[in-house]
Amino acid sequence: MTSWCKAALAALTLMLGLAAAGMPARAADTTSAGAPAGTHQLNTGADADVWRAIRQGVQGTSSLPNPRAGVLIQSEGESWRALRNGPIATYGAWALAGILVVLVLFFLFRGRIRLDAPATGRTVQRFNALERGTHWLTAGSFIVLALTGLNVLYGRWVLLPVIGPEAFAALTGWGKLAHNYLGFAFMAGVLVTFLLWVRHNIPERADLTWFAQAGGLFSKNVHPEAKKFNAGQKVIFWATVLGGAGLGFTGLALLFPFSFGGLQDMQLYQMIHAVIALAMAVIIIGHIYIGSVGMEGAFDAMGSGQVEEEWAREHHALWLAEVKGERIDPRPHGHHAPAE
Amino acid sequence: MARMKFLCDADRCIECNACVTACKNEHEVPWGINRRRVVTINDGKPGERSISVACMHCSDAPCKAVCPVDCFYQTAEGIVLHNKDLCIGCGYCFYACPFGAPQYPQAGNFGTRGKMDKCTFCAGGPDPDHSEAEYKKYGRNRIAEGKLPLCAEMCSTKALLAGDGDRVSDIYRERVVARGFGSGAWGWGTAYQMKSGS
Repeated sequence: MTSWCKAALAALTLMLGLAAAGMPARAADTTSAGAPAGTHQLNTGADADVWRAIRQGVQGTSSLPNPRAGVLIQSEGESWRALRNGPIATYGAWALAGILVVLVLFFLFRGRIRLDAPATGRTVQRFNALERGTHWLTAGSFIVLALTGLNVLYGRWVLLPVIGPEAFAALTGWGKLAHNYLGFAFMAGVLVTFLLWVRHNIPERADLTWFAQAGGLFSKNVHPEAKKFNAGQKVIFWATVLGGAGLGFTGLALLFPFSFGGLQDMQLYQMIHAVIALAMAVIIIGHIYIGSVGMEGAFDAMGSGQVEEEWAREHHALWLAEVKGERIDPRPHGHHAPAE
Repeated sequence: MARMKFLCDADRCIECNACVTACKNEHEVPWGINRRRVVTINDGKPGERSISVACMHCSDAPCKAVCPVDCFYQTAEGIVLHNKDLCIGCGYCFYACPFGAPQYPQAGNFGTRGKMDKCTFCAGGPDPDHSEAEYKKYGRNRIAEGKLPLCAEMCSTKALLAGDGDRVSDIYRERVVARGFGSGAWGWGTAYQMKSGS
């Protein structure tokens, strides 16, 4: 299992733009036995091989029942530390800050996306109680999971100095419990989400048009047509389903230590878990924005479940036509576009 | 100021496990937790070596670097200690530690590991020296009594050395010169080299 570490370290070296000579030199430092000055290995060549093997994680035997007690040195932990405390935390922070900046700029320049035509006063049901319940089960658990997870990665640097070590440790302890148990609510939510909506989220040709027009996000009166879910929502759907599956699997592996692999596997699962979670947090922040302050009328879909007909006509024309049993009505400004 | 280090002379260790037993008894370490263990490489074959290993009190301690609640601290003598009142039992120090030092009272399913326990270099913890609370959480504080770790003191062959790193190196160097060979100071590269501090 050391190969991924080497690969990861190599990637880290490249990403950080470290001097290429830096890593081998460091590796050489730690590989030598590090004897006090004047100590030379006078007797053997065989010994050197033994020590090198130990340094690389060879397993001996001990009288303890724990089968892993025979490992003297596991160097992968250092790689895990370097990646978790290094690029994962750094780029994760940049990504989170980045999406916030993008959304603020978007709001400043585009403002709230409003209806292009007057509201009709009529509503149409977009999501039933089961769909909304599933959404909020997934969403509510995700928010708690995301906050508690971010706290584990960043809280020590952000929150601890503010509230002090005792309060922070207590909060993080409760957060860990919440994270461990709400993970199951999230997994259930993702599973039902998948079953309910997968048939509406199969990619199709119209999605390319939607992407080509950026969903009409950046211009008034541009509304590429969409069925129940537009291409942007399909991205959210698949990010949630695939990301949720990845988070669920790696989360379970971490929840049941050594049931899904050895220590190196758990280190790898932790990093995958963190990367997927950070990516999903970034995507979901955008999703929350457009589903709340970002667009007039969007929240109703998951609030009351009843959306304004004009909103539906602009953002989900094909779906509205389907629901109302009408043929598609090419209205004068009949473009159709995005939603949450 | 002394920099406390462990050194196990692999040419002397006879795998008697006295260090393990002494540690468990001195600190009344609970069942299932072993702050120190003896590992034998090539057991029963030519080139067999035994090594006693515990927390090495690293200079740039990985456990300290990854702890989400920052419960580790390093004393002026380089001893790495932790605060069990803050520990949330997340297991990250165990992922990071090269020597497998962090131990947990429980298996860890559903995150129920309990508070992490590890070798304290017989230096107790953040609670007041010699207090009941310190003894229950961390074991005896021999350093505060002016004594060095019991594992090394009890070692029948004096394979395990504990104390000021300079003195430990001197003793080891004399041995190597006297007997004409040495296996190297096992683990020192991982624990003490290329790191901040000394």
